[in-house]
Amino acid sequence: MDLHFTPDTPTESEKLAVDSVLGPAQSRWEGGERSEASEGQTSRGGFRSSPGRDLLLPVLHAVNGRVGWISPGALNYASRRLQVPPAEAYGVASFYDLFALSRRPPVVARVCDDIACQARGAEELCDRLERSLGPASAGARGDNATWVRSPCLGLCERAPAVLVTGSGETPWNRVVAPAGAAGIGAAIGGRPTDSCDLQAVSNSVPQAGSQSLRLLRRVGSAASETLEGYQRDGGLAALELALAKGGGWVLDQVEASGLVGRGGAAFPTGRKWRAVASAEGPKYLVCNADESEPGTFKDRVLMEGDPHAVVEAIAVAAFATGCDRAYVYIRGEYPRAAERMQAAISSFEQAGLLAPCCPIEIRRGAGAYICGEETALFNSIEGYRGEPRNKPPYPTQSGLFGRPTVVNNVETLANVPLILQRGGEEFAAVGTRQSSGPKLFCLSGHVSKPGVYETEFGVTVRELIDLAGGVSGTGRLQAVLVGGAAGAFLSPDELEAPFTFEGMRAIGAAVGSAVVMPFDDSVDLSRILLRIAEFFREESCGQCVPCRVGTVRQTELLERLRSGRPLGSVRSERLLLKEISQVMRDASICGLGHTASSAVDSALARFPILGGGAQ
Amino acid sequence: MLWGSNARETHPIYFHHVLKGIRNGASLYVVDPRRTSSAQWADRWLGIDVGTDIPLAHAVGREILQAGLENRWFIDHATSGFQQYREAVQPWTLERAESVTGVPKDSIRELARAYAAAPTAQLCWTLGITEHHNAVDNVRALINLALLTGHVGRYGSGLCPLRGQNNVQGGGDMGALPDRLTGFQHLENDALRVKFERTWNCVIPPQSGWHLSGMFDAMERGDLNTLYVLGENPVSSEADKNRALRLLRGLDCLVVQDLFLTQTAEIAHVVLPAQAGWVESEGTVTSSERKVQRVRRAVDPPPGARDDMRILFDLANRLGHDWGEPDAEALWDELRTLSPMHAGMSYERLERLGGIRWPCYDESHPGELFLHGRLWAQPRIGPRAPFGPVEHRPPVDALDEEFPIRLTTGRRLDSYNTGVQSGLYSSPLRWGETLDISPEDGRRHGLAEFEEVRVTSRRGSVVAPVRFDPGLRPGLAFMTTHFPDQVDTNRLTIDAVDPKSGTAEFKASAIRIDKMVPPKAL
Repeated sequence: MDLHFTPDTPTESEKLAVDSVLGPAQSRWEGGERSEASEGQTSRGGFRSSPGRDLLLPVLHAVNGRVGWISPGALNYASRRLQVPPAEAYGVASFYDLFALSRRPPVVARVCDDIACQARGAEELCDRLERSLGPASAGARGDNATWVRSPCLGLCERAPAVLVTGSGETPWNRVVAPAGAAGIGAAIGGRPTDSCDLQAVSNSVPQAGSQSLRLLRRVGSAASETLEGYQRDGGLAALELALAKGGGWVLDQVEASGLVGRGGAAFPTGRKWRAVASAEGPKYLVCNADESEPGTFKDRVLMEGDPHAVVEAIAVAAFATGCDRAYVYIRGEYPRAAERMQAAISSFEQAGLLAPCCPIEIRRGAGAYICGEETALFNSIEGYRGEPRNKPPYPTQSGLFGRPTVVNNVETLANVPLILQRGGEEFAAVGTRQSSGPKLFCLSGHVSKPGVYETEFGVTVRELIDLAGGVSGTGRLQAVLVGGAAGAFLSPDELEAPFTFEGMRAIGAAVGSAVVMPFDDSVDLSRILLRIAEFFREESCGQCVPCRVGTVRQTELLERLRSGRPLGSVRSERLLLKEISQVMRDASICGLGHTASSAVDSALARFPILGGGAQ
Repeated sequence: MLWGSNARETHPIYFHHVLKGIRNGASLYVVDPRRTSSAQWADRWLGIDVGTDIPLAHAVGREILQAGLENRWFIDHATSGFQQYREAVQPWTLERAESVTGVPKDSIRELARAYAAAPTAQLCWTLGITEHHNAVDNVRALINLALLTGHVGRYGSGLCPLRGQNNVQGGGDMGALPDRLTGFQHLENDALRVKFERTWNCVIPPQSGWHLSGMFDAMERGDLNTLYVLGENPVSSEADKNRALRLLRGLDCLVVQDLFLTQTAEIAHVVLPAQAGWVESEGTVTSSERKVQRVRRAVDPPPGARDDMRILFDLANRLGHDWGEPDAEALWDELRTLSPMHAGMSYERLERLGGIRWPCYDESHPGELFLHGRLWAQPRIGPRAPFGPVEHRPPVDALDEEFPIRLTTGRRLDSYNTGVQSGLYSSPLRWGETLDISPEDGRRHGLAEFEEVRVTSRRGSVVAPVRFDPGLRPGLAFMTTHFPDQVDTNRLTIDAVDPKSGTAEFKASAIRIDKMVPPKAL
């Protein structure tokens, strides 16, 4: 292997961190001590001596978690152990926001300043932190702690949100939401906060206790705590049915249900499963739990609040499609969800429930929105930079490790036990013809009772806002962002549109990740647009030019228009903005570029802001 | 399997194809005293002690037999001498092989089983096998393994010496061998020789000539006093340079025909400036895979440089033979009438097909993708392939207390042999000549990296900076011959020659390393 290392050497604790994932090095050639006697005359090498490049991300997590940053010496050691070129390992490590490649204090407070938290005081919080801890990214408190701004943490129902992480032999984390200075101070000191317990989970579901709930029924209840409780509550029935009636029956039911993916693309789940089921192995199932769309938190609530149901659904899907291994890719900012899912998977394993299916493994993201794109997610699991691949080939043909792969969003999978228990036909009867089944919506921003709401498909945007207690703040609605940062802004007179795939399409919006985020009339909408543009600029992976350049140009244009200093005329600037948007839509490799301008476009078309009248 | 080959550095283009194979899931095993950059790509590296290839090969063979993994049908059908082979390998248990070669027995077992069990396997070697006093025996020990497992004569399975230049194979094809005429036709076979004599209208001496080391011996005896050197640089490339210089200087007449004024040209009586064969002349070359390809004149030669063919024609003319005007294609067509394996290779076909692999007997023959397929034919065609029951003979230059370190030689990626071709351009990878030793030996001698040391063998002594290479184990050192003007490595090497191949044992010298005494201490 033509690996070229820098002279940097790892510290003892960096070695221990890597070894905690890979086990101790077997020989000097793999980074261990040079022993003349045993290793001078034989060695393993090549790809087969690597424990697997896909362990790179877990190894980087281990180092970052234990040491607080990833030093050149640690990268050398990790690269040697995995037989990955150090330059590539650096490329991977520097791809992710949660990893630091220069020394920083062990405690880091990530303060969400994204759109939902913006609407609920994130900027004021940042100002206070700057006064107490110093500027962002600087050390404070004897260099023990620092704070940074963060994109959406997926805690929008409890905005403003802060995630505090501490590195050390046992890395720890605390969620503070809604965050005040006192809570953050306590969390930085490592003291527990009350945001993680069961009560907090059910706080995210204002409908808790309602008889009409199907997907959210168990969230926050005692039945979600243990596998036994889950089973007593009627859980595992779907898995039993599947095993008794066979994979073909499962495929039939899922196809009959009309279930389509809840991740945004709305692809028929049954068709996806059928394609993989009929493909040659080895093949894989990936549960996409990299929920990173600003304003979206439903998958987090499902994983934290009813993890056994998600695991059961994964087991059923893997069984029906004949997959050899399942991965749950959980975004790095969801430590609580990862813990609860791991506990659920372990209890399934111990109960022998995964034996007829396949092993399930959790992989944690590390702060990269793009990894929610399915092919970027595959690259991320495989230990490469999370850059999307060209399609075709589609995941069902060539997905994870180049093999046929089922990739489903958490919410999509959560519907599967319902389908099997009630039958595909009955599921199909719920909702509308083209949008079947129950649906989760993420309400945040200016609503009285933010949280995850479950209704049948067919509900209108206005009904959803009413369900969440109506518009809060000034009480006067200015605009509603639907579908997330990659979605669209609606004006108050468009609220009667049904929130279905077909209903949203009709008004030029999309269901996306089912975000409903109203803004009252005190909000500077152009500031929100700029934040969205900044978000895409930061999260563009940089692989393809239209998106890499377009997202930067879009941000610059919005800044110029906001500050009233257009180059040329406002009219020409807005034309240029349109053109950039068109180029990104036409020529980007993946959905990030395709939708990076959709919220901006929709707002500029509807509202008299940034020098334009509504067009 | 790469045996005695660092193809990653010495055959980088070929190795790209190996890398493609590895990407597609092929296994690679590398046998080499050094953990080279090729070895780093291998599933398993076996770091044998220099000159113990036969014990390792025999132990592999014995293990294959022990495990019952030999190809019994192929052995019965197509080989001879199996019983003697079985007896020859019998003493080479894994334990004994481990103690002689230094390679842990588990690794030997792994290699044996992987090679025997592979559906297809290529066994490739380079100078690590052939630059020994028992080179031919080494090669036969490897051939034995292919015969034992049937990894020969099939698509994807075979034996391949990786040649060192684009046209080493072609030189042999054309008869630049002491005992063969064009197309490997035996000189001492009267019928074959007479065929050439008729066409050429001359008498060819009926006895085999000398190979290179035989020529030097003949110079020593006084039997050879005129030498015509084409495109070789023996002053820099011969083992035991002191002797080579003495003998070449003692010649009555030394003629050198070369592109460059090499160290050999510098002591020649006559130098004939030649054109570059691959860009200034017309003709053909033959690659390692027996593929004959056209080369074309692409640029004009510098003034004074002349085509090899024209120089030879003019020489013939001065000696009283009028060969007419040289014409590459006409010469080639004459060759096709004499060499059956080239008969079907017209220039037109070579150009149209982008090259043809010999043998190609007529113009409808596509050439052969691989050789020795006849061994699998039923009934078998031609003679059986014999096992070679060879025996281990350790390197001539033995290690002792005075010369405790084994020096082996080889090449680096960016330089070529004596540097005649590669020294003209600069390379960021080049650091000049160094004596590469293990970091442990460096510490033992109290040396800092790039500190100059005196290196001494039983034949001579040079001064070179040391470099630490963790791919070397204690007691093993490595040098190249790339920079003869800086460090004359061949003053250290031994000219113990394999009588069958005429190649010297460049790969195994015994040396001593002495720290330089600071001048003020003198």
